[in-house]
Amino acid sequence: MENPIKTYTLPDEKGHFEIFGGQYVPETLIPALSELKELYNTLKQDGAFTEELSQILKSYAGRPTPLTYANRISEELGFHVYLKREDLAHTGAHKINNVLGQILLAKRMGKKRIIAETGAGQHGVATATAAAKFGFPCTIYMGTEDIERQKLNVFRMELLGAEVIPVSSGSCTLKDAINEAIRDWVTNVETTYYLIGSVVGPHPYPMIVRDFQSIIGKETKIQFKDIANGDQTPDTIVACVGGGSNAIGIFHTFLSDNVRLVGVEAAGKGLKTGKHAASITKGSFGVLHGSASFILQSEDGQITLPHSISAGLDYPGVGPEHSYLKSIGRVEYASATDDESISAYIWLCEKEGILPALESAHALSFLRSPDNGIHSGENVVICLSGRGDKDAQTVAEFLGRDI
Amino acid sequence: MNRIQQLFKKPGGKLIPYVTAGYPLLNLTTKLVLAMEKGGADMIELGLPFSDPLADGPVIQASSQVALKNGVNTQWVLEQVEIIRKSSQIPIALMGYINPILKYGYNKFFSDCRQVGVDGIIVPDLPIEEAKDFVLLSKSNNISPILLVAPNTPNDRIRTISQMAGDLVYCVAILGVTGEKLSKEATLVKYLSRVRENSNTPFIVGFGIKTHQDVERINRLSDGAVVGTAFVEKLRDSNHPVKTILEYVKELKGIK
Ligand SMILES: Cc1ncc(COP(=O)(O)O)c(C=O)c1O
Repeated sequence: MENPIKTYTLPDEKGHFEIFGGQYVPETLIPALSELKELYNTLKQDGAFTEELSQILKSYAGRPTPLTYANRISEELGFHVYLKREDLAHTGAHKINNVLGQILLAKRMGKKRIIAETGAGQHGVATATAAAKFGFPCTIYMGTEDIERQKLNVFRMELLGAEVIPVSSGSCTLKDAINEAIRDWVTNVETTYYLIGSVVGPHPYPMIVRDFQSIIGKETKIQFKDIANGDQTPDTIVACVGGGSNAIGIFHTFLSDNVRLVGVEAAGKGLKTGKHAASITKGSFGVLHGSASFILQSEDGQITLPHSISAGLDYPGVGPEHSYLKSIGRVEYASATDDESISAYIWLCEKEGILPALESAHALSFLRSPDNGIHSGENVVICLSGRGDKDAQTVAEFLGRDI
Repeated sequence: MNRIQQLFKKPGGKLIPYVTAGYPLLNLTTKLVLAMEKGGADMIELGLPFSDPLADGPVIQASSQVALKNGVNTQWVLEQVEIIRKSSQIPIALMGYINPILKYGYNKFFSDCRQVGVDGIIVPDLPIEEAKDFVLLSKSNNISPILLVAPNTPNDRIRTISQMAGDLVYCVAILGVTGEKLSKEATLVKYLSRVRENSNTPFIVGFGIKTHQDVERINRLSDGAVVGTAFVEKLRDSNHPVKTILEYVKELKGIK
């Protein structure tokens, strides 16, 4: 199944993963993207920068996050399940890893203001947090639909001093929030840093976000060796895929190992209903938000509205590197429905005492799928990308309960 | 030679109105274009609507949403050009985002454009890094690829862009999206003289142009003024769209 890639050096100089990626943006943004790319390429080899980042990840974000053996679900399933606990990182999701890295870039670039988009609100909260810590004014764009289902996170962002701007164009979700953030950035490009929240957007963002998130996989590799008596690497790693940052983060270090990698997309109300967010499984080649990738679109090339109960996965595109990894067969992509994910959410609460984010529950749900190809006795790592407190309201509504 | 190449051999300022195809109603597009010509427009920029137009402000965004709701797609827009060509030889450039064009297929798109009589194409989310095949195909179909320059584009890059474009360059007047305010005179003069010095081709300027005075000012500094959001606003607020547009073009041209 798995075919490890021996030397992996993508993206190329122009940000392409073969036909995917690139820089499909207005001319106004080209100088900013070039500046960012050059600075990043210098800083990633700069010991002082990498040291500053690892210090803050440790002392502020609480890294390394644990790798927890999930004994009760392992017993039920007949194989060994380990949870990479990004829910325990500061602000409750993996998003903080990328945000702290990029905010240090913004500081070095001398920018005066931070903007970001958010879907579930986790990236918005992480960005508002880091902006508070580093003293930047911060504006977060969020679709009105998402504001409705993630009220708690909106209030958290406001407490952290960020201005949350409701976006009511298009589908009123993450895609439209990104459009609005890009429009702001085009207008204020000289003073403003756009802190994108996933491995999407124009080059160099997919590369930068991947590199900052790859700490998840690096830690997992070391921790797994420590606790899984004698085995060097897990057999299978599973992560949910919205834009794809937690998934790339845990996969990247393992691309050249004999490890099966599985990304789980949101199947929403079902892949056949058209109400889903499965861009890789059901989408086709196109350009959205500055890069070429698999996207959900009509026959005329208009972007179609995705659906997922989980705001963080409700996006009609996916990072270009995932499209590439799919095209060469290195990573498998599966999907989980709203129902399956809610049920996995409750399952983890009851069996392991952990409330997973609904996004992460999509990855968990793969473990229970009858044709998942996992053999008994295997070692499986799940990227538990975030905690589920933010989703309690949604789950209650789904169950018809008043809280 | 296509109509754009011919037009820009003539000296003097030019007025280039923009309208989103299929806005506000399907049956108005051809009439509006002909009214613009009658009023004195020199060239037309016809918008291919897109669901996620990230270089556009709220006014043009809203017009694209309406056009899409009206059922507009690329093929329909090309049919309108074909109808216009029965009675008009005004130069026409299409303005559209890359994804619908990719989906239509580059080869088919350019050969169909050529067949119906499109002269130029502007794609605001296709910088030169991604434009190689696009430009080659465009030129081989005798259609001018109108590449964009922004106020923060460095001089050497302006040279590269204009060389690649060959016929015509589109200068975005401001750092921003369509519908925002034009910058101060001094800023514009500095920017557009930089383009004049470095561009190998004629260039037109758009974003933020609204009045006869703006048009005159821009035409002194460039080879043509594009007016977009202001036309869409007029259309949005008018009960007699064709008449309104005819009068507005005259007003912009300074015809009493
Ligand atoms: C907890 C959590 N997991 C996953 C995601 C999906 O993003 P990505 O695919 O970039 O990891 C989000 C996005 O908001 C999230 O909050």
